[in-house]
Amino acid sequence: MCLAVPAKVIEISGSGGTVSVRGNNFQADFAMLEDVKLGDFVLVHAGFAIKKYDTEEAREVLKLWKEIEEKT
Amino acid sequence: MKEERVLLAHGGGGTMMHNLVGETILGKLGNPILNALGDSAVLEFGDRRIAFTTDSFVVQPLFFKGGDIGKLSVCGTVNDLAMAGARPLFLSLGFIVEEGLEGEILERILESIRAAAEEAEVRVVTGDTKVVEKGKADGIYINTSGVGEIRPGVSIAAENAKPGDAVLINGNMGDHGIAVISEREGLSFETEICSDCAPLNHLASRILDVCDEVHCFRDPTRGGVAATLNAIAGQAKVRIELFEKDLPVSPGARGACDLLGFDPLYVPNEGKMLVICPEERAETVLNEMRSDGYGRDSAIIGRVTEEGEGVVLLHTRIGGMRIVDMPYGEQLPRIC
Amino acid sequence: MTARTPARRCIEEIRSLAEKIPSPPLRLMEVCGTHTVSIARNGIRDILPENISLLSGPGCPVCVTPDGVIDAAISLAEDPRVIIATFGDMMKVPGTEKSLERARAEGADVRMVYSPTDALRFAREYPDRKVVFIAVGFETTQPGNALTIERARADGLKNFFVIPAGKLIPPAMAALLEDSDSRIGGFICPGHVSVIIGADAYAPIVEKYGKPCVVAGFEPEEILEGIAMFLGMAVEERPEVVIQYRQCVDRAGNLRAREILNRVYHPADSEWRGLGVIPESGFELNDEYADYDAFRHFGIEPRPSRERKGCRCGEVLQGKVEPFECALFSRACTPEHAVGPCMVSSEGTCGAYYRYNRKKM
Repeated sequence: MCLAVPAKVIEISGSGGTVSVRGNNFQADFAMLEDVKLGDFVLVHAGFAIKKYDTEEAREVLKLWKEIEEKT
Repeated sequence: MKEERVLLAHGGGGTMMHNLVGETILGKLGNPILNALGDSAVLEFGDRRIAFTTDSFVVQPLFFKGGDIGKLSVCGTVNDLAMAGARPLFLSLGFIVEEGLEGEILERILESIRAAAEEAEVRVVTGDTKVVEKGKADGIYINTSGVGEIRPGVSIAAENAKPGDAVLINGNMGDHGIAVISEREGLSFETEICSDCAPLNHLASRILDVCDEVHCFRDPTRGGVAATLNAIAGQAKVRIELFEKDLPVSPGARGACDLLGFDPLYVPNEGKMLVICPEERAETVLNEMRSDGYGRDSAIIGRVTEEGEGVVLLHTRIGGMRIVDMPYGEQLPRIC
Repeated sequence: MTARTPARRCIEEIRSLAEKIPSPPLRLMEVCGTHTVSIARNGIRDILPENISLLSGPGCPVCVTPDGVIDAAISLAEDPRVIIATFGDMMKVPGTEKSLERARAEGADVRMVYSPTDALRFAREYPDRKVVFIAVGFETTQPGNALTIERARADGLKNFFVIPAGKLIPPAMAALLEDSDSRIGGFICPGHVSVIIGADAYAPIVEKYGKPCVVAGFEPEEILEGIAMFLGMAVEERPEVVIQYRQCVDRAGNLRAREILNRVYHPADSEWRGLGVIPESGFELNDEYADYDAFRHFGIEPRPSRERKGCRCGEVLQGKVEPFECALFSRACTPEHAVGPCMVSSEGTCGAYYRYNRKKM
């Protein structure tokens, strides 16, 4: 139930947009966040982005994704 | 049958389906050949052995990244024959078509069937076509049955899995299930993952060429690697231990699984085969697999450790242990 | 910010700190279904020292939904005017007679969704049907539900309803500690709930009861690091709220999400299956949105909870009993024939234990 994933914002339209998790794209709603921009990293739960990562935190996400890629 | 009605879960490849087949169906129809519940039935004609199998295809949607119901219907049956150590020879092809299906779609499916059969070097030699009213059959349902000749001298069956054996797989888990589910309406989820749907008979043959002591082949379709290894462990009455760090999953499939809450071990594959062989031959087999187009990402994922209750365990990446159970119900409906 | 601490180092630290625990054994409770599953899936209990035990609490939303509510939802499902939209984990939970899954097999229109937005879409696509969304979940999920209800209003939709079954975690944590039998030494707090409510939400609990709290992520390395941080506090007898899940959680949480939540819902006393009524622990619709309450619209009053004979889900949810101590566990009660919700939900304590740990290794 707490299932939430970090994702990158790749398109914005209206109050939401398209986000991407390692090549998988889906829709998310940004109404709970302020000032979402293209390229931002957000945490998505049940179709809603509940948190925006700052630059440091986004870097951590990318690092983790890279670690996973390298292991496979 | 325990339940009053058939549930979607009964087709899921997990415990409920297992019970439906094992108890309800075998209860009425059981015989020594059927009871073996292999991917194919092994029929003896003098000193020759024929493998005979059947499969029905109800995948939704009909077309998905990396394949379609036509390609699936050939590869699924070809692979079931290959998993018995057989050279697939002939297929039957049964269509149940929904009234109103566009002719162009039927032609595309036929072309996929033709191309897959050509690659697998099998011929469709008999068939049947039925048409049902609009609203039934979801476009089209396909059944294929197949016969092949089992290579002399090989004995490939789940029961042969022995303590000490290595467990290998020819590549990444989960691609097919993810590719199909992403095209489902209502999911609004796009992915670059393609179905791994492929005919594996040539790969299986190459493996047998370098190792005639292969104990078991099986293709992890519905229920994924987890269901398949549990079935093998149950039939052979052995414990199988897997190593999380060695399980091959593509980053994209892992991302999709994270997103959808799936475990790649349970997601269906249509171009994968599990190989169980003596440990001493594992490296040879692995190298042969990796040199094949359908085996580039092959890996040794575990071993058969001891006799006893059929169970599959996993060594987690942090040093703990967990059970990998048979799936309980329907994880992903209409996936193949 | 450092890269994730390797598991090995956390385990070493846990082992060395465990030797210094003031009064062992130390019982650490998590209150999030995703933690329950991650701990079981990764075999974390296998590698912890003997004097630390991890308890699972009432962190599984479907497990704590009273069975009266589930029965009421199923009876709504059987109304031919209704489309039920629900998250997957509700499908198999047994009511008194059947589950939503079985109701669907018998002809009820029950659809699985990943988001309340999907449910709203059904309402638009099927104007002559009544769409009822079963809004279970904790604070992570409720703001999204709230937004969806506001949108239903903005679009003038009259055929969209929710069963307001959402709950709040901190009141449940307090209720557990209020129990004089409680042996809980502290909490692993839910990671994503905390994204919404902020780590400071747990401060009153730490102040009042003196139990340390750590907000942890869900990967096994993160849980291990969280346990190490918790032990650091326990050993020094320094109860605080610390954040392991630095990547996602801060002290304040998501204010905007909470504002959205408060526009639509207010906290109200709520019954938790197995725990009874906990004050101010559930989400009720504000007056201006009362029309969206499914039970109100259909005139249904969920009956009081009834526990099945022999079922110990209540004690399990309070962390007083481990799954294998229940006589029904893995005998009469398995995921295929579940007596209580702790077993059937993939996030329930019994379900997780059965699926991942039940056989002797």
